[in-house]
Amino acid sequence: MQTEIVGRPVPRKEGRSKVTGAARYVDDLRMPGMLYGATVRSPAPRGRIRAITFGEGVPWDEFTIVTAKDIPGENAVALILLDQPYLAAEFVNHTEEPILLLAHEDKHLLEKARRAVSVEVEPLPAVFTLEESLAAKEIIWGEDNVFKKYLVDKGNVDEVWDKADLIVEGEYTTGAQEQLYIETNGVIAVANADEGVTVWGSMQCPYYVHKALLKLFALPAERVRVVQCETGGGFGGKEEYPSMIGGHAALLSLKAGGRPVKIIYDRAEDMAATTKRHPSRTRHRTAVTREGKLLGMEIEFVVDGGAYATLSAVVLSRGTIHAAGPYSCPNVRIRSRAVATNVPPHGAFRGFGAPQSIFALERHLDKVAEAVGLSPEEFRRRNFIREGETTATKQVIKERVDMAGLLDRAFELTDYQSKRERFARENAEGNGTQKRGIGFASFMHGAGFTGSGEDYLKSIVGAEALADGRVRILAASTEIGQGTNTIFAQIASEALRIDYDLIEMAQPDTGNVPDSGPTVASRTCMIVGSLVESAVLGLRQTLQGAGLLTESYTDGEWREACRVYVEQFGALKSFSQYKPPPGVRWDDEKYEGDAYGAFAWAVYVAEVTVDTLTYEVRVDDFVAVQEVGKVVHPILAAGQIEGGVAQAIGFTLYENVVWQNGRMVNNQMTNYVMPTSADLPPIRVYFEEQPYEYGPAGGAKGIGELPMDGGAPAILNAIEHATGVRFTHVPLMPEALMRGLGESK
Amino acid sequence: MRSYLPDYHLRAPKTLSDALDLLAREPNVWRAFAGGTDLMVLLEFGVLPHKNFLSIRHLPELKGIEVTPEHVSLGALTTYTEIQRHDVMRREFPLLCAAARETGGIAIQNRGTLGGNIVNASPAADSPPALLVYDAELELVSANGARWVEYRNFHTGYKHMKMRADELLRRIHLPRTTGDLKTLYRKVGTRKAQAISKICFAAGARVSDDGRVRDARIALGSVAPTVVRCARAEQVLRDQTLDEATIKAACATMAQEIAPIDDMRSTAEYRLRVAANLLADFLSTLKTDGGASGNPT
Amino acid sequence: MSTTHATREVEVKCTINGAPQTLRALPLARLLDVLREDLQLTGTKEGCGEGECGACSVLVDGELVNSCLVPVLQVEGAEIKTIEGVAGGAELHAVQEAFIECGGAQCGICTPGMVLAAVSLLAHTPQPTDADIRNGLAGNLCRCTGYMKIFDAVVRACQREGVKA
Repeated sequence: MQTEIVGRPVPRKEGRSKVTGAARYVDDLRMPGMLYGATVRSPAPRGRIRAITFGEGVPWDEFTIVTAKDIPGENAVALILLDQPYLAAEFVNHTEEPILLLAHEDKHLLEKARRAVSVEVEPLPAVFTLEESLAAKEIIWGEDNVFKKYLVDKGNVDEVWDKADLIVEGEYTTGAQEQLYIETNGVIAVANADEGVTVWGSMQCPYYVHKALLKLFALPAERVRVVQCETGGGFGGKEEYPSMIGGHAALLSLKAGGRPVKIIYDRAEDMAATTKRHPSRTRHRTAVTREGKLLGMEIEFVVDGGAYATLSAVVLSRGTIHAAGPYSCPNVRIRSRAVATNVPPHGAFRGFGAPQSIFALERHLDKVAEAVGLSPEEFRRRNFIREGETTATKQVIKERVDMAGLLDRAFELTDYQSKRERFARENAEGNGTQKRGIGFASFMHGAGFTGSGEDYLKSIVGAEALADGRVRILAASTEIGQGTNTIFAQIASEALRIDYDLIEMAQPDTGNVPDSGPTVASRTCMIVGSLVESAVLGLRQTLQGAGLLTESYTDGEWREACRVYVEQFGALKSFSQYKPPPGVRWDDEKYEGDAYGAFAWAVYVAEVTVDTLTYEVRVDDFVAVQEVGKVVHPILAAGQIEGGVAQAIGFTLYENVVWQNGRMVNNQMTNYVMPTSADLPPIRVYFEEQPYEYGPAGGAKGIGELPMDGGAPAILNAIEHATGVRFTHVPLMPEALMRGLGESK
Repeated sequence: MRSYLPDYHLRAPKTLSDALDLLAREPNVWRAFAGGTDLMVLLEFGVLPHKNFLSIRHLPELKGIEVTPEHVSLGALTTYTEIQRHDVMRREFPLLCAAARETGGIAIQNRGTLGGNIVNASPAADSPPALLVYDAELELVSANGARWVEYRNFHTGYKHMKMRADELLRRIHLPRTTGDLKTLYRKVGTRKAQAISKICFAAGARVSDDGRVRDARIALGSVAPTVVRCARAEQVLRDQTLDEATIKAACATMAQEIAPIDDMRSTAEYRLRVAANLLADFLSTLKTDGGASGNPT
Repeated sequence: MSTTHATREVEVKCTINGAPQTLRALPLARLLDVLREDLQLTGTKEGCGEGECGACSVLVDGELVNSCLVPVLQVEGAEIKTIEGVAGGAELHAVQEAFIECGGAQCGICTPGMVLAAVSLLAHTPQPTDADIRNGLAGNLCRCTGYMKIFDAVVRACQREGVKA
């Protein structure tokens, strides 16, 4: 019999192929007769396409050329709305918008040709920031530039202002952030009239691409096939964009008579043209009592969606629901909007709106605490949400939650209290060139799709028992580095009580696996993992029902049962479909109810040194304490937290997208700098495990996005402790820190 | 790859004299190509204007670190890794070792050359400020012979230098007279490794027993069209004691010798302020303990 | 076009993962492309094309280089080792074993370069300090791990190497 496999650091399923270089990513694949594809993009942020000129010195007759006219179906990327064209036909709405596609077998000549095409655009007035968009400086989308708005309303916030002892206001902003997966976007496509369309690529969500291609080519589902290759990181950046690049390659292939077409973006193109984290602005108005109890919170949250609707509505939703944090407050009103600008559409990036609104809240609460005369921790302790209390959406917290306990543990691990006092004293005394500070943030992150999202998705997972006893999991959930293959195998192995090595993952291929939903939203372990568990249990039930397996069994007996079953009855498969846990209710109209099945809870502490000669900030220590339900794999789980914290540190101190007329101008790794191994502090990760009743493997919840949320406010809170300056924007670059310190003198 | 590769050419002449002959015959056709860490990036981005290159990386006359009682002579092809591994360099030229250590990552340090860093003529390069402090001299060779130029007069404007199209940089000489300087090298580039500098500061000085500055050398990168040796600020410091007024005056003079700009990496305001902060810090530390500060060099 | 290519192509002899090779390519062709496309050694990855991310790291004459910055003409006579040559047949290198055990690889795209950087680090500094490890790997960017598990893997690998020695 197996020892417990869940909770143990078993070897990553595809670990060996990754450390030997044998793992095959899309750019590692070649097909006979393959062409390379390239994209001609808009030079202008907004305008009417006047002319496209093909320059001299290029044998144009050798090229496959695709424009909007060549699209067989609808010229729109099917996602939420159908507003984004695959290829701009008459108008362009952002720089780098795709206009024309080229393919040739000679890569070098292709690039020469791409540069030889010039697009003349008659300019129209453009809008570059959310402020300009809100001010309706120019209407560039719909009637009012607003893609989506939400209103969350709890209690009656209008009545609290008169009763409040104190009212504290603040405004907080965040910049764009590039996902910067080390493997750029890439696909290979084959499309022809006989066989339909097949796309192989680097992606998070094969069925999103599938859905988009159906519309683009006006084909029935069975004629489109999408296959995920090994994927070199996603972080949200390969949630939606593969639908675009996959469609482009397929259009070229169709025009080229079915020859395979590969498109791989170079880094500069990937950074300039594909999605980034939504820039945001959050305004807070908070009413508190003299004793430090929250009476009312009025929050206005705005995100810059870029030129098309894409995923902004759902990013906004998550940001909105997380905007009031893990606190109990009787009166909350959150108004939020996603607005249009003439920049490439912003999209999914780990945290999905929550890091933006949580940054604002956790900076603001330090300000409120100071106004009340309490320490940041004491103020939060008086307001932490507890079991039975309600969130901003009136979701009753039914699980055991102990934010104060997480805070205690984080403080103990960092020696927070004594450092807080010591640094303050030393900073006040010292004439040195270094100031030190320590700060924290407390927050939560909901796992799975928001509200009725999972109900709408109705995800399915399959499992197949092979004649030799191996069990193959059939799911469209992708391995993008986070460990899907490994944790699914652990969950299946544990459920069936058979060896981990007997479990394997089918390649995500829409021709072969059911739609288990997108690999996003911290849903893979908690939601899809539960389906894996029930699907494999279906196999056992069948074998036991057929009298081939007893209640307890060895691996050998399992193999034998599978062999006999497959011989006698043919293939043994089992499928499981999502059903919401009992008692979950969500009202999409009022935007209230159970926003998420479960939350992860966390307190993060950052310790910093500010160099007053160069205005650079170094994070010296980072402690992440979180409650995530059952930890399925301790090393993978810690790896998720460490990687997310590293991205959060980048978001806070290093990664600054420089815009000029709607174009990212620092679109190289040299000039958009992410942290190196020499920059990061020790990232120390601690888990509390409070099993979630409906989670798989004894109660796992979601984990992927959580670590992106707490870093920015914890670090800026620490910088305020070090410098006494209340910074309100990330990224906080040294240039801004210098100005802030100057103003405070 | 955004360049059309068949348009480009790279040849490897057998000997130095073959290379120099070719440069003499077709002086504006060929350019030297050493470790490639700058040129290959331009090629990748499709912005390498010149088309024909001579690979000189294998030429022995341009390699090696030689030590005489008066000089250290570095072949133009000396890599950043070789600089860091050399005992005399570590002992006597800590600013250059610090620069080498902070240029790119290990893979760049293994490939990038000191000569390339000089001739590429980027004002943001990491080693030139150190070379300026050390009064480096450059040996240029052509088919007609060799000549020496002082490095401090070498760069004449953005990407302009006193070097003819038929010449190659053969060696860099550093006089061994600076081993007792108190030094500070500080590269400011947002992140700690693999950064392009926003400001690069290198300085060295001696303070005599009576507390007077006897030899001050201050150089900066990324603050003007070329790297800058701040001669006037040095003049302000000469033979002075390091009181607050002197430090202030030196910083003010230095600020007039540099001309930083706003670009996508930083702002003129930041560069000016940080340059002044670093000089003031260097001088204050010099005053208090006469010793080195900042990065351990 | 192919005729133009051919006239400019050069022949370069070198050793790759122990086997002698004669390469034909344009002289400024990137070593990276020659490895990946002509020799199908696709374990070497491209992340940025500008020597910034280290995904294309290989060893040339025992030293770590970014193969995207090396023109093929300059590897004449050189010994090159790519990720495909790190394991000894079926037996993984200690660094590779440690990357699997410690969670040093997540998405895996930086892993080949990171493994070579670690192998190179340990060759020059068999008992690295924390600072040595951080500096030795600073030219290899990883977006997934935050580097912590990679540091763990390097430490474990040199412990194991120590046992072997």
